[in-house]
Formats: sequence, structure tokens, C-alpha cells
Amino acid sequence: MAKITLDKIRHSYLEQPESPADWALKQLNVVWSDSGAYALLGPSGCGKTTLLNVISGLLRPSAGRVLFDERDVTDIPSDKRDIAQVFQFPVVYDTMSVYDNLAFPLRNRKVPERQVKQRVHEIARMLDLEDLLHNRAAHLTADGKQKISLGRGLVRSDVNVIMFDEPLTVIDPHLKWQLRSKLKQLHQEVGATMIYVTHDQTEALTFADQVVVMHDGEVVQIGTPVELFEKPSHTFVGHFIGSPGMNLLPCEIENGLPSFFGHRLETVRAVKPPAGASRIEIGIRPEFIRFADQGLPVEVVKVNDVGRYRIVEVAHQAHLIKLVLPEQLPVPERSGWLAFERDKTNVYVDGWIVT
Amino acid sequence: MIDKTTNQRAWFLVLPVVVLVAFNALIPLMTVVNYSVQETFGNNVFFFEGVKWFEQILHSERFHDSLLRQITFTGIILLIEIPLGVAIALAMPKRGPWVSVCLVLMALPLLIPWNVVGAMWNIFALPDIGLLGRMINGMGFDYNFTQRPLAAWFTTILMDVWHWTSLVVLLAYAGLSAIPDAYYQAARIDGASSWSVFRYIQLPKMKRVLTIAVLLRFMDSFMIYTEPFVLTGGGPGNSTTFLSIDLVKIALGQFDLGPAAAMSLIYFLIILVLSWIFYTLMMRNEEQ
Repeated sequence: MAKITLDKIRHSYLEQPESPADWALKQLNVVWSDSGAYALLGPSGCGKTTLLNVISGLLRPSAGRVLFDERDVTDIPSDKRDIAQVFQFPVVYDTMSVYDNLAFPLRNRKVPERQVKQRVHEIARMLDLEDLLHNRAAHLTADGKQKISLGRGLVRSDVNVIMFDEPLTVIDPHLKWQLRSKLKQLHQEVGATMIYVTHDQTEALTFADQVVVMHDGEVVQIGTPVELFEKPSHTFVGHFIGSPGMNLLPCEIENGLPSFFGHRLETVRAVKPPAGASRIEIGIRPEFIRFADQGLPVEVVKVNDVGRYRIVEVAHQAHLIKLVLPEQLPVPERSGWLAFERDKTNVYVDGWIVT
Repeated sequence: MIDKTTNQRAWFLVLPVVVLVAFNALIPLMTVVNYSVQETFGNNVFFFEGVKWFEQILHSERFHDSLLRQITFTGIILLIEIPLGVAIALAMPKRGPWVSVCLVLMALPLLIPWNVVGAMWNIFALPDIGLLGRMINGMGFDYNFTQRPLAAWFTTILMDVWHWTSLVVLLAYAGLSAIPDAYYQAARIDGASSWSVFRYIQLPKMKRVLTIAVLLRFMDSFMIYTEPFVLTGGGPGNSTTFLSIDLVKIALGQFDLGPAAAMSLIYFLIILVLSWIFYTLMMRNEEQ
């Protein structure tokens, strides 16, 4: 168990990176506290797996240091780092039995056979693999194999961190849900730090206490699911998390308040944009907009009934705004006015939130 | 229920294939079967002899000797080529510009016609003018493959290893490159030694291609004819007379059609049975 610190980590797969686009990881300073449940969320190609491999030591970063507690492990190989990693596709040793697969990481470290037995049975019980222990691993289904991969990650009791790299990609939907709650439960039982990489926001939000959102080789926000939802620190987070994503409206600042096509909007605090800002936007989630008797005049474009709520698209000066309305709230026929919740209205300058 | 129309005339559609197979396999094979039970003294006159030729071949010392030589030869080259091929495949670069260079170098021996290989090695190994022959003699060994059985065997085996190890390398390399990186990464994290990686990841993943490699090398080497024929002509004496060389001697040298046909069939059955045994042994764990 240890706190993991990433200190000014940069990585490029090229020998001589020139433009910013050559960097897979742009400059990361992240601290993962001991026994936290983290999700690493971001679209494909944003550097999630690279970051994971830097922590596990499969990849040496181009610059920066990796610390486990205060120990610098940047140059220490994976097998000496006491970490576990589960990959996207199940990795099982085909010729071994399930038991031998689970025992493999322990036997490689010369753990006495009596302890191996006890530990393997413990993990097999957690993962419901007890009946299969003496079957050959090659004959299991995809989710059975992935459970073995998980088991090999969990079997050592002295790991600093267990990392999951989109582990449920190959699993059937109904088993996905089961395994996900299993993981959550395992985190409570085992108590190790867990980092769960995914591009699926539901997976991230259900598993993690803290979600780390990555975009283009950078960490754009670390926060609880609620924080990510209510106060996205970057327009990317607003757009990536939530469905539909956050509305972004171009605006200007007049006397510290944003104004959208001459219509002034209320925010909690006065906003002072930095000099030279090129793009100023208001961000508001569809859930925090309602129809009102006065406010921003809009035309109703489209109403989608998706069961428990409705998604309403309205337009102001050809600018589309989306609302998520509970079923019982009325939608005006053709046109109406919008009211934005004041404390959920945020201003973004060049993509980043202004507080 | 859908009414299925039954139309036996559909069988005519497979007729071309049947004809083709008949002409390229069944008819020649049946001709051999025909010869194997008859005796002829020329003039296209045949007498039925039953299983006489089969009994004669099975009891013939000459056949036993060449069969023994054949099994020894195939056994030795399999024991050398399979491990050597795997070792070379493991040592080849996984990515980068050298991959194609290595692959082309490996493929080169496979592109050379068999009789050219035999001729090349014949000259290469000549004790007085050949590079290899002179070198070995220069090191103090009395090496002459046209006169000494041991030297003849050594040269034949070396030639076969040179010619065919590449095939095993290419197959093993294909098997190795199909292993996803995640396996190696997982093994590193699990703390596996490089022997464990080979034993538990690379070898099992190469199993299918290695089965093919063993079968191909077994069948090809068991039927080997051209290269030793050009290199040693089966000699000195009969020391490198393998089954097919012996068969050609009987069939075309002595023109004993009956015994030759019986020997062909026995030869064919041995290859069939041994291939089946190899395949079953290597695949026995695949399905349970």
C-alpha cells in the first residue's frame, strides 16, 4: 500500500518530439492517495493506457518521476514495483489450471506453497471460481478468463495498486454489470488502491470515488462524480460526462456578467476574464434549465420523449440549447422563455472554468 | 414448413470435381494397387500373384535397412530443425526495419530448387576443392563424403538443416508475432522468468504452427529424394539410400513393377500412420 505520486510526467513515443501533438502525455502532476478507488476516464487515444503503463513500469516516461510513497520507482522494473494490472483482453496461461494461474504470481515470488493455497482459495471464493479451480484455464468463457486475470491481480496481498485497463470490454452486457459490482465490492474487501481505466462514463461513475478525466494527454479534472457533473472545470468534461452533454453558449462579459446575444445571465460571482482571452463561453447542463415566464426568448425545435424525462431542443438566434425536463413539466407549444439556475451557470475562458 | 424439392440431378454438379480427383489421385493410385498384386515379364502380360510382393517386401532385409535409415534420418533432422528453428525465431527482431531483412534471408534457402541444393552442397563439401570440405580437412578431420558413411550422413543432415530450418523459423515466427503484447506485459508484472514466458506463453501459443511444422518436416524428410540423390547418390555403398531412393532403384533400375508397387503402398501407409500419430499426440490436449 502506498501513495502514488506522478511528478511532472511527460511521455512521447517519438524519439524527438517537436509539436505538442507529439506528446502522448503532456505534463502530469497527479497524486493517488492510498486505498482510493479511482477511475481514469477519457476518449480513446487520450493517453489513459500510456499513463497506466507509466505507473506499472511497462513504459519509462520521457521525463518526470513516479513515486510510491517517497520512493522514486521511475527506473524500477514492473516485477519489482509490487503492482498488479488487468488488461483489456483476458490473459490466461493456457496450459495451466485455474489454480496454477492464480498461484503463478505468488510462486514466482517464492511464496511458501501453504500460503499460496490459502490465498488462491480466498481469491477463488471472492470471484466464484472455486468450482473451476482444477479445470484448464483455456477452456473457460471470456468472462471466466477475465475473472482469472482479475484474480491474478488480486492474489498478492502486498500490492501497492491494482490497475484495470478497460477490463470489461470483452464481457457480455449482463455479466458486465455483475463483474463491475464485484469489483466495487472487492475494493472494499481488499482495500488496495485501484485505478480503473475506461471510456465509459457509467462505468467510471459507478466504480470510483474519484474520477480523473483525461483529454489529449492532459488531466483536465479530478473530482467526485458530483463535482464533475455540477462544476466541470473544462468544457471537455462538461461535454464528455452527462447525456446530453453541457450546453455551451458563446458570450461576452459586460460589467462582470456574461451576456449571450445581448441577453444578460446571472452567475454566482462577478466574472473577470483574463486579458487576451479568445473564446468565452457559458456552460450550463441541460438539467439546470427550465421554462419560465420571462428570461431568454427561444423557439422550441424538437421534443424527444425518452421515458422518465424529455429532452427538449430549443433555439435562440439559430443557437441550439438542450433541456432535460421531468415528464410532468409542461413544454410550450412554439416559443417560450428560459431560466438558468444561477449557481449552476459557469463561465469558461478558452475551455477552462473561471471561478 | 417449407417444401424442399429433392432433385437428385444436383449430383451432376459435383461431377467435374469427381472426375478431376479421379484423374489426379484415384486412377494413379489404383494403377499402383493393380501392379502390386501382379507379376509381369513384359509384353504387357500380367499374372495375379495375391499378396506375394507385400510379404516379400515386409520380409526383405533391404527394405528394413532403408526404413531404418529413413527413420534415423527423419528423427535426427526433426530433433535439430524444430528446436533450432524455434530458437532462431525467438532471436529474430520483433519490429523495425530488420524484420523484413531477416525474413527475406530466412526465405532464401526455401526458394532454391532441390536438385540445385544437392549440386551446391556436393561441390561445397568436396574434400579437395569445396570450401566446406577443405575447411573440415584443414581442421584435421579426415572428411570425405563420397567415401565415408559418417561423413556422407553428416553432409546430408547439414544440407537438410540448411535447406529446411527456415521453414520452421518462418512458421514459429508467425506464431510468435500473433501473441498480443498484453501477455508479455502480464508476465512481467506477474514476475515470470524468461523461461516461464517461453514455457507458459510462447510455446503454448506456437503449438498449432509447430504441429504443422513437425508434420510438414516429417512428411517431406520421409519422402526426401532429390537432394541426397544429387549429393551422394545413396552412397557410399547403401549408407544414404533412403526409402524413396531405394524405391526408384527397384522400380526404374530393376524394373520390378510388382515389388515396387507393393513397397510404394507400404511406404504410403507408413507416412499416413505416422502423420496421424504425430497429429494426435500433439493435439491431444486441444479438446476435452
